[in-house]
Amino acid sequence: MSDAESPDTDFEPVAPNTGEDFEPTEVFPDSDDFDLRPGADSCYKCSICDTNCPVAEVDDDFPGPKFQGPEQWRLKQTDDDYEIDDSVMDCSNCMRCDNACPSGVPLSQMHNTARGEYVSEQMDKTSVEYWRNRILANYRTSAWFASKVPRLANFAMNFGPARWVMEKTMGITSERDFPEFARQTFREWWADRGGADESRRRAREARERRGEPADADKKVAYFHGCYSNYNTPEVGKAMVRLYEHFGYEVVAPEQKCSGTPMFANGMLDDARRHAEVNVSSMSDLVEQGYDAIASCTSCSMALRQEYPELFDIDGIEEVAANTFEAVEYLRIHEDLRGAIREADVDGDLADEFAYHAPCHARNQGLDRQAVELFRELDGVGVEDVGESCSGISGTYGWKEEKYEKSMEIGDEMFDHMEHAEGDTGMTECPTCAMQMEHGTGYDIRHPLELLSAALAGE
Amino acid sequence: MAIESEVLVVGGGLAGLTSALAAAREGAEVRLVSYKQSTLRQASGLVDLLGYTPDGDGPLTDPYEAIPDLPTEHPYSTVGVDTVREAMDLFDDVTDYAGGHTDTNALVPTHGGTVKPTARYPRSAAAGLASDDRDLLLVGFDSMTDFDAPHAAAHLEAAGVPFDVRGETIRFPGDLRADAKVTRYAKLLDTNGGVAVRGRERPAREALAQRVNPLVDDEQRVGFPAVLGDDDHAGVRAALESKMGVDVFEVPMGPPSLPGLRLEDRLFAALDAAGASIETGNPVVDYDGGGRVERVYVEKNGAEIPMTADQYVLATGGLVGKGVESDREGVYEPIFDCHVPHSDDRYDWFDTDAFGDHPFAGFGLRTDDELRPLGTDEAVEFENLRAAGSVLGGYDFAAEKSGSGVSIATGYAAGTSAAAEVR
Repeated sequence: MSDAESPDTDFEPVAPNTGEDFEPTEVFPDSDDFDLRPGADSCYKCSICDTNCPVAEVDDDFPGPKFQGPEQWRLKQTDDDYEIDDSVMDCSNCMRCDNACPSGVPLSQMHNTARGEYVSEQMDKTSVEYWRNRILANYRTSAWFASKVPRLANFAMNFGPARWVMEKTMGITSERDFPEFARQTFREWWADRGGADESRRRAREARERRGEPADADKKVAYFHGCYSNYNTPEVGKAMVRLYEHFGYEVVAPEQKCSGTPMFANGMLDDARRHAEVNVSSMSDLVEQGYDAIASCTSCSMALRQEYPELFDIDGIEEVAANTFEAVEYLRIHEDLRGAIREADVDGDLADEFAYHAPCHARNQGLDRQAVELFRELDGVGVEDVGESCSGISGTYGWKEEKYEKSMEIGDEMFDHMEHAEGDTGMTECPTCAMQMEHGTGYDIRHPLELLSAALAGE
Repeated sequence: MAIESEVLVVGGGLAGLTSALAAAREGAEVRLVSYKQSTLRQASGLVDLLGYTPDGDGPLTDPYEAIPDLPTEHPYSTVGVDTVREAMDLFDDVTDYAGGHTDTNALVPTHGGTVKPTARYPRSAAAGLASDDRDLLLVGFDSMTDFDAPHAAAHLEAAGVPFDVRGETIRFPGDLRADAKVTRYAKLLDTNGGVAVRGRERPAREALAQRVNPLVDDEQRVGFPAVLGDDDHAGVRAALESKMGVDVFEVPMGPPSLPGLRLEDRLFAALDAAGASIETGNPVVDYDGGGRVERVYVEKNGAEIPMTADQYVLATGGLVGKGVESDREGVYEPIFDCHVPHSDDRYDWFDTDAFGDHPFAGFGLRTDDELRPLGTDEAVEFENLRAAGSVLGGYDFAAEKSGSGVSIATGYAAGTSAAAEVR
């Protein structure tokens, strides 16, 4: 249809090879020794994923999600000796590429698998980098120790000379402040308060007040994750109060780390051990009619998407299909908007917030949730600070060699936050919160805290 | 319970965005649900209305004049030429595109060196129009193989443009990797970040202008591949113009497309300002209802999230966008299973000539005058479901160069009448 004349050429298209003798070719004869990920062949190299990659945007050496996933799989097929390129360790596992691909190629699954293979087969297990990554990925273990002596830990972890040594010997940046450990963990608070029995009592009371049947089937299992247990128990408490206000009985089953930092560091064996515990305790409850609720969007992402993509554990599909983000669940099952319209907030949460949507909220379709939900809440304003990645990506921004990049990625967000009306930040993700605080000095709150204050009055 | 709204739009391309915008501006409470990111990133950012007739006549000077003669099954015939004009007014109102001052198509050079008739174009492409008779220099980057400037220049010359055109290829200043992402160039120019030139760090905009300056003869305008900034693309262009003393423009490129990305940003911002809710990342997979859609289900890793509305708009795209699917048995619409007319014999779906008149190009839903899909018996399938954009049949957007126009016009019509039902 062009109005230009075709340049002269000798090119003659050959007849298509669909004659009578055509036999479909066996592309990969007798090969079950490598893992051709489903979806790899759907990549038609449009490179839209690359435009979404926050690392590729600032780092010229990072070849991008298209290379890490489909292209590496193709290289593996043609070259038996092909080793995973070490640049896969520069992927921060933000998973934005998943949401971008118009063909539905499971990019982050490929990256996680490739990274797992790189770490288990190519990485030197005696290297500082390996152990540094392992310590960072197993945050839960350090947090568990620290929570036993929170005051000492808070002091020691941010003690200047110690941090200098940590940077020099382990490559953990001394630029950042370690998050503070709570004096009382969420689980300690939960147990002191009377655990599941107390929650059942409160939920029943609420149902009576709301005019709902006393035996209504409203029960959820809370996956609090490490951070709201050890560092920000106020988020967990807000979640419990809010759910009880709507008449839900909450249980807090045995749980380990969701595995997010382990996926990002290629520690798939560690992640599997934790996933097995989580799936086992959650699937028992799901069978009894509970839904799994998470307040951290990376935790819900892990249970919903990464577990079934990476592991074959009994009950995993059922757990994934019954896992929800805490606010999302109430939007589906309760008239949350109606309740918000009639509510208002005062006190220190009556504020203007600069809201950042975590990357891991995006794939779950939750990146606009807080902004849209709070539009009608009297006493607060919530402003979206744009779609850029915060840049910290869990453990990524804690690595000495990644720190500068992490801040460069986050720069756009800091800038938007400073131009926003509010001087308080808001996000669902604990590490995004760290980065927001680090880059702007703002206090950061979780949407659940605001919701709970507006609706449950605490 | 479910997530509720008055109008629910399924699809985040140009048709979905326009219908959500039209409905929200009419005062309806709107929610837009899109599976993956908007396909606008894959598009050139040019907005074509009608470049050629279905018989291949063209390029057309005035698309509006040709609309009344289109076949009755064409979506433009369904909505009527007045609606097309209103829809384009809405588009002009929320974007900063050029071309709205006239009914005449503009002729914009493409990265392949053809000249494309288009109704609206980004301001960044304005200085490159083929109707302008100033001499033109195209500058390509040697690592960016999608744009071969000397080749595109030769092509333009062959197309008989009324000016002299030359192409030059340069190395983008600095030490970028050979397959650097387009966002990498854009960000560098946006921030005017440092690039190394002969061992010295220089701001990217200055370094680029300095490299191109010696190549400019008498040309008064210079075209680059469309990577000149993202957030501050006007600033990047202005800076280059002042340092080079010529007009600077962008040649629209294939995916991933920065003009497409910028248009996407603009439309989503307008939708946000109009108060609509937006959700991306998960597909709508199913619905409840008989003659009326009661609710739809969004799938998230096995969980099905119910969403209800009074009115629904289906804007999921065509065969490429997967709003219309096919297998060896037939052609179908995957969410509501709306009827897609097609021959039972799949050898009748295509023409043996690669550039022939392919029936599959026109596959899509047939509708009544209100854009409500019709079943095999010509009856309305759902009284509260309208369809917009490439999910519609009866036209070949690739051959006619009418894709964006049909999406905007039918999106506008569907959104406006859905809003009228709830207000």
